[in-house]
Amino acid sequence: MAQAPQDNSKSEALEALRAEGIVKRFGALTALSGVDLHLRKGEVLGLIGDNGAGKSTLIKTITGFHRPDAGQMYVDGEPVTLRSVAQARTLGIETVFQDLALISELSVYHNMFLNSELTLKPFPLLNNRKMKERTKQYIDDMGVNIPSIDTQVGRLSGGQRQAIAVARSVYSNAKILLLDEPLAAMGAKEGAMILDLIQKLKNEGQVSIILIAHNYSHVFEVCDRVNLLQHGRISYDKPTSESSVEELTELVVAEYRKARTTG
Amino acid sequence: MAKQAVGGDVGASESARSSPGLGSRISELLLRQREASIFFVAIALAVYFQSANSAFLSSGNIRSLSEFTYATAIISAGLVMLLICGEIDLSVGQAYGFAPIAMYLADQTLVLPVAIIVGLLATAVIGLINGVATVYLRVPSFIATLGMFFFLGGVNVILTDGFPKTAPSGSFLTEILGGADWSGIAWCLVIVLSMHILLNRTRWGLHTFATGGNPVGASEAGVRTAKIKVGNFMLCSALGGFAGILDALRIGSIDPLAGGANIMFFAVSAAVIGGTALAGGTGTVIGAFLGTVVLSIMQNGFSLQGVSAYTFNVILGIAILTAMTLNVYVGSLRRSGKA
Repeated sequence: MAQAPQDNSKSEALEALRAEGIVKRFGALTALSGVDLHLRKGEVLGLIGDNGAGKSTLIKTITGFHRPDAGQMYVDGEPVTLRSVAQARTLGIETVFQDLALISELSVYHNMFLNSELTLKPFPLLNNRKMKERTKQYIDDMGVNIPSIDTQVGRLSGGQRQAIAVARSVYSNAKILLLDEPLAAMGAKEGAMILDLIQKLKNEGQVSIILIAHNYSHVFEVCDRVNLLQHGRISYDKPTSESSVEELTELVVAEYRKARTTG
Repeated sequence: MAKQAVGGDVGASESARSSPGLGSRISELLLRQREASIFFVAIALAVYFQSANSAFLSSGNIRSLSEFTYATAIISAGLVMLLICGEIDLSVGQAYGFAPIAMYLADQTLVLPVAIIVGLLATAVIGLINGVATVYLRVPSFIATLGMFFFLGGVNVILTDGFPKTAPSGSFLTEILGGADWSGIAWCLVIVLSMHILLNRTRWGLHTFATGGNPVGASEAGVRTAKIKVGNFMLCSALGGFAGILDALRIGSIDPLAGGANIMFFAVSAAVIGGTALAGGTGTVIGAFLGTVVLSIMQNGFSLQGVSAYTFNVILGIAILTAMTLNVYVGSLRRSGKA
């Protein structure tokens, strides 16, 4: 039932990211068994797959957290070997993890500049005024409503926190943005705000985005293309315009039925 | 692209929901006012003791108040950094005893300025060991520093054969480092102010808050939490040692049994009364200083009135419990504000 991934022509200059034959094993367990994935510049790619399909392993491999046992990654057409998250970051690969890596006790602007704080050179003192100014500007540019940038992040809603985490990644010069289930545990309105934000980033075309999602309808709302990860490989790759929620659901359910009958 | 408010109505309703969040308002007020309220408690206590005994605000008694305060306040400033990281140093009172002993031993063969640096470096190494045990060997800091507490307590007695030693004196250096009247409190104020700036105006301080507030998130964002923690262990221990040297040079004697649990618990109490939560992520150096002032005023005032030390302990216990209850209450308000 599963379709082979479409072999797109390797117009590498137009690709932000390409992964070929990525394999990752943990002892006897093979989490990724040859993932082929590509992300075009300015594209929003939806990555779906059930729990245990290898989504988080794939993200952690793309962001340099795991080193693959086999396979090759390309960024902007150049082959790369990622050794650390920091190295991935220098190549413009940024991830917004589900926990968002925000500090509840700190203000919005301190979170926005966490670990890249501006100081009053040559003095090692924080330049709070400049950080506030820039944060205000970023948030205005993103078009997100935050009551006040002096607010502690812990007081904000889930959607607002997500927006700040996304803004932080975007303004740290991300070229490739991985969003790990940004809509998980979020209300409908909040989710709409984040989807609008992704749409806006897409329209501006500065970043290419991989959106990891559970909910298929969100994928169809903002993604150009959808990839389905099953048993450690991409089993389905189609433009969203040629796919449908029903088709994807059918694929996943068929897989479940097959697994149940074969034991 | 024109400025388009993404989900504008969502944001508006969000802020509408959070702005009348009475809980968060009150907790913010309490947190912000904590330093002010502890300041007013100090003033009220001073007024009370002065009305009860006019000797309280005599210059002689103010000096002895300052001598009561400075060492504990310096230790407390260091402890606040660790408490914000979510860690504690139970051995800092022994570092207070150890630094003058190390200084004394080094002074036998070296010149005094170098001997003082040796004393401070020795305590920094103690902090380094505490930090490495906590961060890299993953021993909870409560246990790691409890071990160090007993270890140093023994070392302090062994190195001195259990007898107090005469501290170096009579030089300009010994005068400015505790010997001269008011020099201790002057150092204390400089240190408290510097630590306040370090905590609130530098990357180190911001990363200290981040490390205690969300250790996983902070390291995902690239904050080197291990370095921050180890550094704060060293800072805390060295400040404890510095306080010990100031006291030794003031008193003129190096006591192998000085410091210990007593001064450490006072410093922790002061930090807690001043608004630092043991859970990490929040705390203030100024609050810890004011907490120490309040404790000193109470202790000194009650002894002027002839109230026994036991009564003082009862009151101290109540003060700590009240402060902690307030911390927990504020914490739960903040969490509900978060949801």
